Amino acid sequence: MDCVVTGGNVKVLAKAVHSLSRIGDELYVEPQEDGLALRSVNSSRSAYACFLFAPLFFSRYTIPSGHAFRCKMAIKSVQAVFRSLASLEKTVEKCHIELEEQKNRLTFTLHCKHGLLKTHNLSFQDSESLQAVFDKDSCANVFRLLVDAVVHFPPSQEEVTVSVSEERMWVRNHVEEEDQSKAMLTELCLASDEFDHFSVQTHNNVTFCLKELRGLLMFAESTGLPISMYFDEPGSPLVLSVTDSVLEGNFVLATLSDDTIFRSLVRTQTPPPPPDDFMNDDIDSYLIAMDTSIAPGPSASGPPTPPLADSLCQKQPAAANHRTRSYIDEKEDDLASSERPPNKKFCSLFFGSVLPPSSQMNTQLVTSQEVLASDSEDD
Amino acid sequence: MPLSTQSQPDDEQYVLVASMDNARNLSNILKAISFKDHAIFSATPNGLKVTVEDSKCLQANAFIQADIFQEFNIREDLVGFQVNLTVLLDCLNIFGGSAVSGVSTALRMCYRGYGYPLTLFLEEGGVVTVCKINTQEPEEPIDFDFCTSNVTNKVILLSESLKEAFSELDMTSEVLQITMSPNQPYFRLSTFGNSGNAHYDYPKDSDMMEFFKCTKTQTNRYKMSLLKPSTKALALSCKVSVRTDSRGFLSLQYLVRNDDGQICFVEYYCCPDEEVGED
Repeated sequence: MDCVVTGGNVKVLAKAVHSLSRIGDELYVEPQEDGLALRSVNSSRSAYACFLFAPLFFSRYTIPSGHAFRCKMAIKSVQAVFRSLASLEKTVEKCHIELEEQKNRLTFTLHCKHGLLKTHNLSFQDSESLQAVFDKDSCANVFRLLVDAVVHFPPSQEEVTVSVSEERMWVRNHVEEEDQSKAMLTELCLASDEFDHFSVQTHNNVTFCLKELRGLLMFAESTGLPISMYFDEPGSPLVLSVTDSVLEGNFVLATLSDDTIFRSLVRTQTPPPPPDDFMNDDIDSYLIAMDTSIAPGPSASGPPTPPLADSLCQKQPAAANHRTRSYIDEKEDDLASSERPPNKKFCSLFFGSVLPPSSQMNTQLVTSQEVLASDSEDD
Repeated sequence: MPLSTQSQPDDEQYVLVASMDNARNLSNILKAISFKDHAIFSATPNGLKVTVEDSKCLQANAFIQADIFQEFNIREDLVGFQVNLTVLLDCLNIFGGSAVSGVSTALRMCYRGYGYPLTLFLEEGGVVTVCKINTQEPEEPIDFDFCTSNVTNKVILLSESLKEAFSELDMTSEVLQITMSPNQPYFRLSTFGNSGNAHYDYPKDSDMMEFFKCTKTQTNRYKMSLLKPSTKALALSCKVSVRTDSRGFLSLQYLVRNDDGQICFVEYYCCPDEEVGED
């Protein structure tokens, strides 16, 4: 790979790396026919981000022909190349990215003002392709321009809940149940005409992490690109994207799955969970038990009872797999008035192509309260 | 004996009396060398030299010429003492060391002689604080024996360009390697960190390069931990002279302009790292 970025695009590239660093610790680099892909995923695999820079973004873009190459490296070391974002625009005239496969290093050369030449030779590891399976086009709710709504939330705020109706969007801080009494609730109501594009099909509310959104906002602000948001229902991923003629960025974030909405797409199960896992033997019967256990509905029974409902399912790519779900009709105002947050569980995104094809349909069930981790990728 | 009009009658008991209208002019430059507690002060009629050392491998000197002080009276050819630099800096900033223009702390520094404390009179807005800092037996500073005749390579850079490099240096690297050469890469800073290596090359015809005289290609490594304090001096300075001698010893001289536009110098000497491996 041999590519050259000049002028203001160096900053765009740098900003992309910085916003990817909000997601994970590693940067996956993959020079493709259709451009340079930079990706990152968080350790719990509940957030994934990808930037694709089209060949036109570069003043030179050549990739190794014949074989696909991809690698990963510590994102910190790439960030170090573009350390001072402020001075980058003023000082760097050209950035040359070169891959020396034999030497196992990726070289970033920054040609700066006054003839100063900065060369960073970074070592990398081979990696599998990282690709989250998502289909933003199939999402029911689509919005353009997420005004700088997040500035109203303190930096310590971890999650926000977005609710939508035909003509409005509400953004409010998500409060853990135990913090409920002391927490301050902030809610923002945005009218549909504040958006470039506003399309709602289902009245849903989704809760997701603010950190990644902030990361993308940082990028979008500096490049002046609007952010589009796509989501379906609690538990299924939310996609944030920025697009322009030469680049595309997609952030896929897990949303908290609502206790009352249980979806199951489980078919088989490998790799096996730990031997003492109670779900090990018979998933189907377990699932049947699940279905019935949630039938009474939590709004009636007060605080949710998590023991059985704790299992998480991974979203499958195939939309056809949607199984009938026992959806308890919990209206938005109901939720808002009781302020009872859904149980805090993030669905992991499913990285289809990371796994060998035979295990494509695998799903892991995880009982942890927090975010779940995949064990399929790391070497 | 030349005595300024303001001097007090008891001045005669002091071997050294130095005063300045703005204590920041002293405290700023002392901050540039404050990486260890012990500072050796040696005063001569030319001015004050403050020396701080680390591990017998690094020495930093700050020179404050006599004319930086509004009053500088010395009754011996050489007055030497050692004080705790951190304590001295705390005292100099006892009024908060505010950078507000128009408000400055006036300083009068007196030393009576061997065994006596260093007495500071600090005044701001009519409030006077008197600090007495116990002095210690002065140690003999290491003689790095760095003489101009042995200098093989020398460059003078505008600090601005080095500041950028130093702020970005990969601190996971144990050493900073400096290459100076009459040919390419002329002047190169290299680090070898966890994630790979990095090189910063300054061409000799750069606008940032004020002077370039390299006679021989030299590559030496210096402990990053030793050089790190020098960034404090770099931050204050406007120009840096980088020199190496035939043994690979490094001399960094910083030209520092104070609030009043006067010039002081800070100098760092550093021993090269013994183990020079291959790239």
